[in-house]
Amino acid sequence: MSNIAVEIEGVSVYFDSKCVLEDINLKVLENDFLGIIGPNGGGKTTLLKVIAGLLKPTKGSVRVYGKPPDKAEKLIGYVPQMGQPDLAFPATVWDVVLTGRLSRGKLIKPYSEADKKAALDALKAMELEGLKDEPIGKLSGGQRQRVFIARALAAEPKILLLDEPTLSVDRRLDTKFWEYLNELKNRMTIIVVTHDISALSKYVDKIACLNRRLYYNESKQITREMWMEVYQCPVDIIAHGLPHRVLEEH
Amino acid sequence: MLELLQYEFVRNAIYAAFLGSLACGIIGVYVVVNRIVFLSDGISHAAFGGVGLGYFLGLNPIYSAIAFSTAVAVCVGTSSKKLGAREDTVIGMIWALGMAVGILFIKLTPGYVPDLFSYLFGNILTVSSSDLLVMLILDIILVSVVMLLFKGFLAISFDREFAQTLGVPVNLLYNTLLILVALTVIMLIRVVGVILVMALLTIPAAISEIFTKRLIQMMAGATALSLLFTLLGLWLSYVTNLPSGATIVILAAAVFFSIIILYRRS
Repeated sequence: MSNIAVEIEGVSVYFDSKCVLEDINLKVLENDFLGIIGPNGGGKTTLLKVIAGLLKPTKGSVRVYGKPPDKAEKLIGYVPQMGQPDLAFPATVWDVVLTGRLSRGKLIKPYSEADKKAALDALKAMELEGLKDEPIGKLSGGQRQRVFIARALAAEPKILLLDEPTLSVDRRLDTKFWEYLNELKNRMTIIVVTHDISALSKYVDKIACLNRRLYYNESKQITREMWMEVYQCPVDIIAHGLPHRVLEEH
Repeated sequence: MLELLQYEFVRNAIYAAFLGSLACGIIGVYVVVNRIVFLSDGISHAAFGGVGLGYFLGLNPIYSAIAFSTAVAVCVGTSSKKLGAREDTVIGMIWALGMAVGILFIKLTPGYVPDLFSYLFGNILTVSSSDLLVMLILDIILVSVVMLLFKGFLAISFDREFAQTLGVPVNLLYNTLLILVALTVIMLIRVVGVILVMALLTIPAAISEIFTKRLIQMMAGATALSLLFTLLGLWLSYVTNLPSGATIVILAAAVFFSIIILYRRS
């Protein structure tokens, strides 16, 4: 029996009186590679923030390896959705990845050799050593996304949380990007929020659908009922690259 | 030119230029990259309330201004979320409120009080030795805090949310940063005035940003540029017999726009 990496019980989140997440129950096992899909505004980012400890749920409990998320900060590597990146920000790739080594207790001490080694290993895992001294603003969307993953990996987390990682990545580089994640999946638990159904079908082990409520049957299949519930309309989706079928036969 | 240096007020102005540029160069970079220019300007205007309070209570206005604007900085940093109001709206209100309070206190103070104009534009040629001492102490505080918290400030400036997931105390760091901004503004307010403070916080950092790729380089560049503008502006104001503060601001802005135009073309 594997360890439980994330356990969510009865979690609801309200913004003012608006219900964003309703009665979410989810168990993610160690080394699962879980994809979460759902419509815009369905609460995907909110759910990731709840797991990352950025947001306290209105109701319910979240446990990351048995601890509340804000006590499990050393276990979590968070890769935020790229909003409008500040392209002029004066920092090199190395500066940014090193910030992944920060923690409450290490605020004042200079970065140690161990910190530098972990940051360098993270850069190598994302094949970014060559860009180490480049300003962050000079990178392409895909490279910058890999820097953000490297930054999360530098913390040597046990769980990687990614919010729409391919949104700003050049379509042609998409596959390569998922290959990077695939490399990591034997080392850690990965939860990824995405719109990219074809990539999900190929790479992830389990898929959950989220639209305020979570539909999840601990497998890679999305039943027609789940799909109907989540998107509220019959959709025929064809996941390219069959035989990686996501939808059941219909 | 060199014979000017025999006057104490000229030497003091040059020392003030060095001490002020160091503070503006370092803190200005944080103000620019965190996009808190408006907040900083709000703090500097609100400080006028502290200046007025100081005169009214018979204290050295610099101390009451430090206390007042530090309080304002922390209030704005923490309250806008809790009040549910937009941050820039709160800043606008506190800006006006601080100045109104300052004007009331000054009106209520018997005897001699400085006029609003000297507070807005200051005069670097009237810096006293005791002002220099206060500036030196504040510089030492600023530099030490920035050296200690450099990594944390970088992390929250670049990506506050990510820093929070690491357990970094982001609110504490942000409030500390705002207090440093308040200290910088106060340290320079009587010397150069609110308007020159804002110019020296933003223009050198903005120019330096174009040519540098790391925060520390940007700070060094901003400090050097700030010093250059201040000294050159002082000399120009002496030659042309124009007010020093305004000359420094116009010189710095002219260089900024020239560089932007030239740089965009190439």
